[in-house]
Amino acid sequence: MQLATLLIGLIAATALWSGVQALNQQARTSYDRAASVFGGARTATLVGRDGPSFPQSLFVDVRRAGWPVSPLLEGRVQIGGKSLRVLGIDPVTLPVQSAGAPEIGRDGLQAFLTPPFETLVAPETLRDLGLRERDRPDIAGGLQLPPLRAQSQLLPGVLVVDIGIAQQVLNQPGQISRLLIGETKQRRASLDSIVGDRLRLVEPSSESDLERLTDSFHLNLTAFGLLSFVVGLFIVNSAIGLAFEQRLPMLRTMRACGVSARLLNGVLVFELVTIALVAGLVGLVCGYLIAAFLLPDVAASLRGLYGAQIPGQLTLQPQWWIAGIAISVGGALAAATTSLVKAARLPLLATAQPYAWQVAQQRLLRFQGLASLAVFAFAAAASWFGDSLAAGFAVLAAIMLGAALALPVVLGFVLKTGERVASRPLTSWFFADARLQLSGLSLALMALLLALAVNVGVGTMVSGFSKTFTGWLDGRLAAEIYLNAKDDPQAVAIAAWLTQHRKVDAILPSARTDVQIGGWPVEILGFADHATYRDRWPLLEQRAETWDRLRAGDAALISEQLSRRLKLGIGDRITVPTPSGAWSLEIVAIYADYGNPKGQLGVATDALLRHFPETPRTRLGLRVAPDRAPALVAEIQRTFGLDGRSVADQATVKAESLRIFNRTFAVTSALNAFTLGVAGVALLTSLLTLSHSRLPQLAPLGAIGITRRKLAVIELLKTMAVALITALLALPLGLLVAWCLIVVVNVKAFGWRLPFYVFPSQLIALLGVAMLAACLAALLPIVRLLRMQPAELVKVFANER
Amino acid sequence: MLTVAHLAKSYRSADVPVAVLRGVDLAVQAGESVALTGESGSGKSTLLHLIAGLDGADSGRITLGDVDITALDDPGRAALRRDRLGLVFQQFNLIPSLSVADNLAFQARIAGRHDPLWHDELVDRLGLGDLLKRYPEQLSGGQQQRVAIGRALAIKPTLLLADEPTGNLDEATADEVMHLARDLVARSGCGLLMVTHSARLAATLDRRVHLSSGRVS
Ligand SMILES: Nc1ncnc2c1ncn2[C@@H]1O[C@H](COP(=O)(O)OP(=O)(O)O)[C@@H](O)[C@H]1O
Ligand SMILES: [Mg+2]
Repeated sequence: MQLATLLIGLIAATALWSGVQALNQQARTSYDRAASVFGGARTATLVGRDGPSFPQSLFVDVRRAGWPVSPLLEGRVQIGGKSLRVLGIDPVTLPVQSAGAPEIGRDGLQAFLTPPFETLVAPETLRDLGLRERDRPDIAGGLQLPPLRAQSQLLPGVLVVDIGIAQQVLNQPGQISRLLIGETKQRRASLDSIVGDRLRLVEPSSESDLERLTDSFHLNLTAFGLLSFVVGLFIVNSAIGLAFEQRLPMLRTMRACGVSARLLNGVLVFELVTIALVAGLVGLVCGYLIAAFLLPDVAASLRGLYGAQIPGQLTLQPQWWIAGIAISVGGALAAATTSLVKAARLPLLATAQPYAWQVAQQRLLRFQGLASLAVFAFAAAASWFGDSLAAGFAVLAAIMLGAALALPVVLGFVLKTGERVASRPLTSWFFADARLQLSGLSLALMALLLALAVNVGVGTMVSGFSKTFTGWLDGRLAAEIYLNAKDDPQAVAIAAWLTQHRKVDAILPSARTDVQIGGWPVEILGFADHATYRDRWPLLEQRAETWDRLRAGDAALISEQLSRRLKLGIGDRITVPTPSGAWSLEIVAIYADYGNPKGQLGVATDALLRHFPETPRTRLGLRVAPDRAPALVAEIQRTFGLDGRSVADQATVKAESLRIFNRTFAVTSALNAFTLGVAGVALLTSLLTLSHSRLPQLAPLGAIGITRRKLAVIELLKTMAVALITALLALPLGLLVAWCLIVVVNVKAFGWRLPFYVFPSQLIALLGVAMLAACLAALLPIVRLLRMQPAELVKVFANER
Repeated sequence: MLTVAHLAKSYRSADVPVAVLRGVDLAVQAGESVALTGESGSGKSTLLHLIAGLDGADSGRITLGDVDITALDDPGRAALRRDRLGLVFQQFNLIPSLSVADNLAFQARIAGRHDPLWHDELVDRLGLGDLLKRYPEQLSGGQQQRVAIGRALAIKPTLLLADEPTGNLDEATADEVMHLARDLVARSGCGLLMVTHSARLAATLDRRVHLSSGRVS
């Protein structure tokens, strides 16, 4: 039995931990792929000073001057309604150290460079598109791509072709987006002397934008993995402790026979490590399954939130296996330290019974109480002085650890009070006995407390989020129709057509452009001067006449996360780099921009276009009676040949946004459920282990004349009672956790803060689930008690032991 | 008062039935004390457990006063134990989570016949006055058995069943505990059936029966 408990604990701990690690690793590997593929952030590049591309002749000049550069053209094409990134490369000049570049062997090179040419594509993308190798997909303009060939190192969503082909399919003859710079020992002539100021050098960065943006997401996952791991270790610790107690007599006999303590400990450790190795392996397999199960959701939310492409297939590295085994063995040893220390110090002559558990228990409880106070003090200090995400997690961890330590003290106090107040002998025995059992159950109950608290915390946060988010979306998506024309002339044509036919109540021209401020990617959003925004844009803080100031062109709205990141408030000034120099804006309002990893500034559309003249003027918001929107969307699509992603009505956009956010939290909820399940198993195993030593405690009551059925009911009630107290304690703790998540962790991780709501129905439902879990866990030992032959129960009293 | 007639019981060990009791006949009168002796494994504990209704017999009859124990169902036997029987075993008599005072009064109170005067007398005679606040673990073996006897007698049982109550005690302590038990049994006027190995202790009781080969002689 102990062995089974031990295995379950270790397997659960390893599985949850390594599952989460596998997910993180998978995502990181793909960021790496993204960063290194053909001159992502990992390679130094030359880019045009102004505009997204520059003429090919510059490449020839630079190359002639001795720079080991290779040209690259980037753009997007549509295949079957999906937008894909096209990279045109020149494999002959491609720098060798451009890691992650697909190997194009000599034969491959031949096929890649000569008709009919080739399009390299990741196998996942091939599957996504429903195409096979050798197919020639159609793209806009009546063109066809060269035959597809799958290449596994490629990033999903990317098509790689020869640069000549790319210039054709993207309709950019003679143009280049970037020059990748290889390494060379020769001194390079200065850039200015070759091309003047038409090219700009971009140094490689060690951390890609994606990595920085997704950091917090992965930190969250890691924190969850860690929590599950700790819950699993609770089980391991209790299993080892009980197994050890039961073996005490044997150990003592062996010591008495002259076996040295060191040898004995060595044997115990060896045994434990063997078990941990086996459990670690099984746990890794389970972890793999968990990761494979969660990967689609993780991939979807990373794609939705950050545009990161994660392949849907798990690939694992050897480090993962080694780390998983190590964590299993390490965890088992850590959980066993108390028992091993006890074994080493084992006095040879001890009283036959653990003397005076009451006294020992009191001392332990006092110690735990003090320790929990210390941990709470630490939590308070960390929340007061700490200012980082790590500090936020430290506060969370300390609160939970403190609460776990305090749990037996509180339970002991409640039960003691109950015992004192009870007048009927059975009732008072009920409380006294529950208190006696506490020492054996407390670890499992702590696990239950933590799992429940985290469930309450995360549940409250997620529900609060969706509640806030839907309201916020309503304000944010104020226009009924969103339209993105192919180019500026088409936008003008559409606007004219709409005005001429009086199709809409208002046209809100908008624009957006990307800049970098303080090292962070920032979107600048143009607002038309219209009541729509005044009435509905979700401002958190504002100064008087916000919108009039905005119209004047020297003021900006700032998103909450950008204002936190740059520590800017209302009245401060922010400087935006523009092609024509710095642009200083006064901040007049702060608005909520949930879920956006980038910063955002809102300015008047006119002002934006003045400072960034290159910005496409293709974005229009349309105000129209909501019931007429779908028909108008269809009409615009038909008339101007736009697809569903260029024109969409508000309802569609809203549904899409909600879907993305729901998937984001699907992972958290799944992990949540796992943790609760593990806690339930912990409770079950503890009860089963206890039920063996319970017989001598229950037998006297049977002899005194209490029926077994009554005993069974009392046993059930007892477990339910302690579980109920634990669950009731978990509720406020969970709300505290939620508060911590919302006010500390979320703000640090994502840059935005949610209003704090409590959802009573959710709490009650969770309470019900917890009680059901406790009931199920208690049932098995009780059924065993009920079905036990009377002779077996009575055996306790037979003299021979 | 207690009559056991043609009682038979066998256990299945490795699926082969092993007959332990093969027709036991025995009677204990009110106020009488009987010693039950026999070799280890002869079935003494089994017989006591059957009389206490802790287990069911294969055949035969056990009656206590006018009640046929063998005909009762599980709750009926539990109620009979609670109200009319005192049981003392060699070990595991006491409820570990309750204090001495609560242990003493426990059976009497759930039987609804707690008699404070009798309770005080028991505490006094058994010399437990200083130990009432302690827990069973904090007592010596002799002290524990004194509490067990007190607990069993607190309900003023019709019959006191004791299975080697002094088996774990040294001779002097055993004598002291037995002396007390005999006195109190005489005071309360109940019958006593006690299993013992010791011929010396057996000799101090009214009568002695021997169990061998599944029968009483
Ligand atoms: N629950 C049981 N299952 C199987 N055999 C049992 C059980 N209880 C007792 N026995 C067997 O019945 C016999 C009598 O046991 P017991 O009544 O305890 O003897 P005594 O008390 O006289 O030493 C022994 O051989 C013992 O092994
Ligand atoms: Mg016996």
